[in-house]
Amino acid sequence: MKPHLSPLGRVLFACAAVLLVVGVADAALHDVLAQNPFGAPKPAQAAEPEASGLIGWLLAKQSEFYRQMSSTIRAAKTDGSAVWTLLFISFAYGIFHAAGPGHGKAVIASYLVANRETARRGIALSFASALMQSVVAILIVGISAWILNATAKTMCKAEGAIEIASYGLIALFGLRLVWVKGRTFIRALQATQPVPAIAGVPHDHRDHDHHHHHDAHDHHDHHHHDHGHAHAHHAHDHVHDEHCGHSHGPTPSELAGPGGWRRGFAAILTVGIRPCSGAILVLVFALAQGLFWAGIAATFLMGLGTAITVAAIAVIAVSAKDIAGRLSGARDGGGALFMRGIEFGAAALVLLFGAGLLLGYIAAERTTCF
Amino acid sequence: MRALLGWLLAVGLLLAAGAASAHPHVWITATSELLYAEDGSITGVRHAWTFDDMFSAYAVQGLESKTKGTYTREELGPLAQTNVESLKEYAYFTFARADGKKERFSEPVDYYLDYKDTVLTLHFTLPLKTPLKPKQLMLEVFDRSFFIDFQMAKDNPVKLIGAPAGCQIKLDRPSDGTATAQKLNEQTFMDGPNANFGMMFANKITVDCP
Repeated sequence: MKPHLSPLGRVLFACAAVLLVVGVADAALHDVLAQNPFGAPKPAQAAEPEASGLIGWLLAKQSEFYRQMSSTIRAAKTDGSAVWTLLFISFAYGIFHAAGPGHGKAVIASYLVANRETARRGIALSFASALMQSVVAILIVGISAWILNATAKTMCKAEGAIEIASYGLIALFGLRLVWVKGRTFIRALQATQPVPAIAGVPHDHRDHDHHHHHDAHDHHDHHHHDHGHAHAHHAHDHVHDEHCGHSHGPTPSELAGPGGWRRGFAAILTVGIRPCSGAILVLVFALAQGLFWAGIAATFLMGLGTAITVAAIAVIAVSAKDIAGRLSGARDGGGALFMRGIEFGAAALVLLFGAGLLLGYIAAERTTCF
Repeated sequence: MRALLGWLLAVGLLLAAGAASAHPHVWITATSELLYAEDGSITGVRHAWTFDDMFSAYAVQGLESKTKGTYTREELGPLAQTNVESLKEYAYFTFARADGKKERFSEPVDYYLDYKDTVLTLHFTLPLKTPLKPKQLMLEVFDRSFFIDFQMAKDNPVKLIGAPAGCQIKLDRPSDGTATAQKLNEQTFMDGPNANFGMMFANKITVDCP
């Protein structure tokens, strides 16, 4: 059974790819900085990665990159080649930066797990939401600072409002997922009863979510879904069908068609609406230096870096779920229930993030206006 | 058993994905003066916080000034006021303990901003609600959410103004956080409010008086 290895292989491949990219970018950056006479002086205060601990190292690295941005933008005023350094730094910063619920990493991962999405779609969602984040940041600064010449206070208030809205969206999104997944979970609970729960049948027909994944379809649709993933679900879906005793009959359009992408769009909007504070600061700073375009380029590169990290995490989350499914599911009916449970848990996690952020229990990169 | 393993794997990865690692966007280089009254009691703290140039550029965005690129103290007046008013929500990022007991500050006085070499410095005095004469005063300056990275200045970070003879200052700088960051990360996230996340980035000033 070849697909057995493929998700794991994919994870390893993704991890290797990210490490490679980071390594190359880092090395290249050091070269560039070393050769560039206008290269940023090492900020005295930047914490050197003395460190033990991956997280600590990431923190130190991203601080280092971020703090080099301002001096590099200044250098770019007189030396055009510094722009390349800036782009490198921005990209590297983006890769290291993509952490914290505020940047939607957790939301995207949870969403993917809850909605039985494919790794490929996870990557697409990650890139789309990172692109939207960049565009939002550029629009905020472009309109308020560049066109309206608004003060930082006004801008920060706008940012704060968007932030609250985005937390609200995450919570709503989570609520909807919990609702849909909760029903599926309950139905799965009923389905494991010895006597088929007849009452649940009419609901099955209305439940959109259930149609999104059907092995019978997946086996035919190689263009949109990779075989390995579809196969992974085969076992428990089959078991589930036995208990329910009827066919769900999904249509191709429900899987990757307009409906599917509309669903994905909700995730993109939820995550992408909130710009990164770092991007806003860089943009305003670039604007003040008369190099707004360099700020825009830097923002997009940051977004690209962020997308790569988020996509890697998305792939890991989806693959982990596949592995979990295979470990638990292949044998008995409990597998289906188990997977519905994981999906419900992931949905609940999105809701908890949203509520936590909204109520201030999770202070993820709160915009501090002062 | 295998199901349990699968669960653990899935949950673990989700948590890893969700664990927030906060990171600063604003850097402040601080100097602090502890103000003493004639009778030897501490009356307050006078801070001078210099922002990094990126944030400084952000903060002066859209401000009117007579000469382009320079800002007088008067032109920065409204901004300084906004600053100190907003800082209230964050308890001025300044936390005092006198002989182990938490002390509170009143609203800042004598505040102004100056703009020099493209960076802003915010000066303000935080009076203690009640002047104190403790054996040991502990002052911590940090942002618990770590949006702001506070560093005490390299030279003369802390000064005692009019303190009784024999008072000793000790400054503990943050250990750059890298070692503790990892430990705290999962735990703080699980605890919900990552209330003490910034704690390890705290600058701790201790003054012992005879």
